[in-house]
Amino acid sequence: MVLELQKPRPVWQIMFSTHHTDVGYLYTVTSLAFLFMAGVLAMIIRTHLFFPGEGVLISDSVTSNRIFTVHGSTMLFLFALPFAAGIGNYLVPIMVRYKDMAYPKLNAVAFWMVPVGGALVWLGFSDTTWVAYAPYSIIRAPGPAADMWIFGMKILGISSILSSINFIVTILKCKHPDLPLRRVPLFAWSMLTVSLMTVVAMPTFAAALVMMLTDRLGVSGFFNPAMGGDPIAYLHLFWFTFHPEVYIFLLPAIGMMYEIIPRFSRKPLFSQGSGVFAFVMLGLIGFASWGHHMFSTGMDFTTKTVFMIGTLAAVPASGMHVFNFLATMWGARIRFDAPMKFMVGGIALFFSAGAGGVLNTAMPLDFITHGTYWVVGHMHLFLTGTIAFGFVGMMYYIFPLFTGRMYSEKWASVQFILMMWGTVQVFFTQHILGLEGMARRIYDYPTDFTSWTQLNQIATVGAWILGASFVIFLAQLIYYSAKGKEANMVDPFNLGGKYYYPYQAKTPHHTGY
Amino acid sequence: MGHDTSEWVFVGIVIAILIYVGVDSWNIEKLLEDIPADAETIKVTGQQWFWSFEHADGTKEISTLHLVKGHAYKFEIYAKDVMHSFNIPDWVVFQDAVPGRINYVWFSPDQTGEFPIQCREYCGLLHYNMRGSLVVEDGKS
Repeated sequence: MVLELQKPRPVWQIMFSTHHTDVGYLYTVTSLAFLFMAGVLAMIIRTHLFFPGEGVLISDSVTSNRIFTVHGSTMLFLFALPFAAGIGNYLVPIMVRYKDMAYPKLNAVAFWMVPVGGALVWLGFSDTTWVAYAPYSIIRAPGPAADMWIFGMKILGISSILSSINFIVTILKCKHPDLPLRRVPLFAWSMLTVSLMTVVAMPTFAAALVMMLTDRLGVSGFFNPAMGGDPIAYLHLFWFTFHPEVYIFLLPAIGMMYEIIPRFSRKPLFSQGSGVFAFVMLGLIGFASWGHHMFSTGMDFTTKTVFMIGTLAAVPASGMHVFNFLATMWGARIRFDAPMKFMVGGIALFFSAGAGGVLNTAMPLDFITHGTYWVVGHMHLFLTGTIAFGFVGMMYYIFPLFTGRMYSEKWASVQFILMMWGTVQVFFTQHILGLEGMARRIYDYPTDFTSWTQLNQIATVGAWILGASFVIFLAQLIYYSAKGKEANMVDPFNLGGKYYYPYQAKTPHHTGY
Repeated sequence: MGHDTSEWVFVGIVIAILIYVGVDSWNIEKLLEDIPADAETIKVTGQQWFWSFEHADGTKEISTLHLVKGHAYKFEIYAKDVMHSFNIPDWVVFQDAVPGRINYVWFSPDQTGEFPIQCREYCGLLHYNMRGSLVVEDGKS
């Protein structure tokens, strides 16, 4: 393992390494950097919405539009995807008992596309929103920002396809011959599922991006009604990639829960089989529900019904995961160290986010919630409440492995309480704001409705609490990686039994090029 | 593995709830989509960044729409430039305005008063300010 800080190596040796632990480390650190950058944008948006009126903090609406576009694109493509890939890089080869990823150089290439794509997105600072609906993104969005966003997304998409190919080959072809596929740990199963999904889903978006670019250049008119195109075609292409992508963001976090919950429950997992089954089911059903993002575009009744059924069908499989977690914890001697706290919090919020999702897809209710702050609250409850909780918990769990040191349990608890509190306050309130009719992606809201002002202020205070929890997180990561107590590498969490991961594995065996 | 019964009972309960939600929303949506034959057609056009309306008798209005209580109205929704979304939150009237397409939605106000109209699909610079109002009046006046 790396143990960077115990055996210092020059930073370029890590940067140019192709070893899976080094690439995983780079992925993780980069994604966390983007998390904090996009988090600052979120704080700006929420603080701006504290008071109704223009120019409270953000001077004009175009800046506001650019800020929420980059916030969304960054959190999804530069935090959620690379973080999962980072932990996957670290753990998957160990879990399938192989010396490295199948294609180490491809792995490093896939990683180095991330900062490049990120630079394009951030330097462009586009205002298309992260969904970039045509025809706004084609005929109105100012360039070169929108073009840089397109190229940035293109590069990030290729990067995720490359890393997915790598995971698929590593897990299916390079696993130890004594290890049957059904016995592969569930985190590796989650990475396998999302990698297969990426390979199927992502090319559609890649095609849509090229079409959008040529449309912007004026040489084609796929999505431009003035040239005979259809904007709805873009929506189909986009959501065919991005509804499955929701599961691609989610499943690694679920996989991390499978990794941590049995360990801290000090009890075997309730059922490996149903975990595998639920992953595969979600991987398939994820492709049957993209149309629920488009109910209000004039979709006919039958199509809406089909997509509603497709969406509801994903719920039992998600429920199986929750059941598996609860059954594992049932009657166990649970240790609530930081990783376990975050996982349990994540399950609770996953359940509430999932319940909200059922309401969204029920056709008549969709017309109340769609395009309002309800949806903002709903998807953030998934992304913060489930995915970020899983990722932060994983980060604490893997911290001794990364650094050879322990974080502070006390500060981790403070962070957990603030993060749980902030998440509930900001995103539950946003659900209510949506029911009151407040549209999403707005720069300012009218003062006619006092409840909007009050609810926005409650949500903003919640966002500050959430922001404070992440400041603590960042401070912990920096301070304790240098000054933390040295971890007991055999069993850092005192769970009894060994720390599962062969921390004593040698230094990367090929640090070269 | 094993321990199957409790898990299947749990999944069964979840599926039962989902079937209830699905069937109920199918029924309600069917009712909602059934546009009454006597509904008066109103053309709604969304463009950056205001709404304009045209009544069946040719009267045109911008931003403020005057309707009469107790009548059914069918909105024919057009967009001139980019996607918008026509929305009267208080009456759950919500349908995208897509350039190159015509979408329909109907409602029948049974209460007088003034209600906000807004755009609910991001449409650029002044999206936040693409507002209007609906005034529902008593038929007699």
